[in-house]
Amino acid sequence: MGDVLHVVGGGLVVAGALLTLLGGVGVLRFPDVYTRIHAASLTDTGGATLVLLGLALISGLTLETLKLGFVWAFVMLTTPAAANALANAAFSAGHTPRIGAFQIMKGVAASEARPDTQRRETSDDDESAAP
Amino acid sequence: MLLAAGVAGLVVAMTMMIWRAIVGPSQYDRMLAANSFGTKIVLLIAVIGYLSGRPAFLDIAIVYALINFVTTIALMKFFRYRTLSRPLGTEAKDG
Repeated sequence: MGDVLHVVGGGLVVAGALLTLLGGVGVLRFPDVYTRIHAASLTDTGGATLVLLGLALISGLTLETLKLGFVWAFVMLTTPAAANALANAAFSAGHTPRIGAFQIMKGVAASEARPDTQRRETSDDDESAAP
Repeated sequence: MLLAAGVAGLVVAMTMMIWRAIVGPSQYDRMLAANSFGTKIVLLIAVIGYLSGRPAFLDIAIVYALINFVTTIALMKFFRYRTLSRPLGTEAKDG
């Protein structure tokens, strides 16, 4: 029984690590700030849930399980709040989303709104984004 | 063995976050990378604690989770107001 719990817990830890790895790929490849925030925050909360659940299965019902619950609660409270504040700060500082409905509202065609590498390299740096 | 694979995956994801923090291009990308890096460090501390047989590392993970959130909010406040000495939403009345 203990070995089965260890294997299942280790599998959950590996699944959480793979989910955070997917988030890292999204943060590296997505075109603008908001899509990167989306990728990072969702995979962080999901990966933290999977990893901490796996560690709780490994540790059994001890005091460490309560500590894992505290870590999980803090991560689940702070990561969405930080992502929301970050998106709010970026939007109020003048960043516009490069894809999605915001471009349609501005009258940009969907084919032009699709990001390419040239636009990613030439725009959206610190100075042009300042209010 | 599975925990070591989890540590390897987390370290690779943290390397991606460091790369995003280096190349930017905006300061919000860098703040996002720092925040996500901190969350991954919390998970890494917890997994390494179980890997090395010392679950007391979880106390450090709790403290790091709290510090991570405060750091992100303080960074955003600093980059918007260029100071940390005034409360949010107030204008500068005196020099």
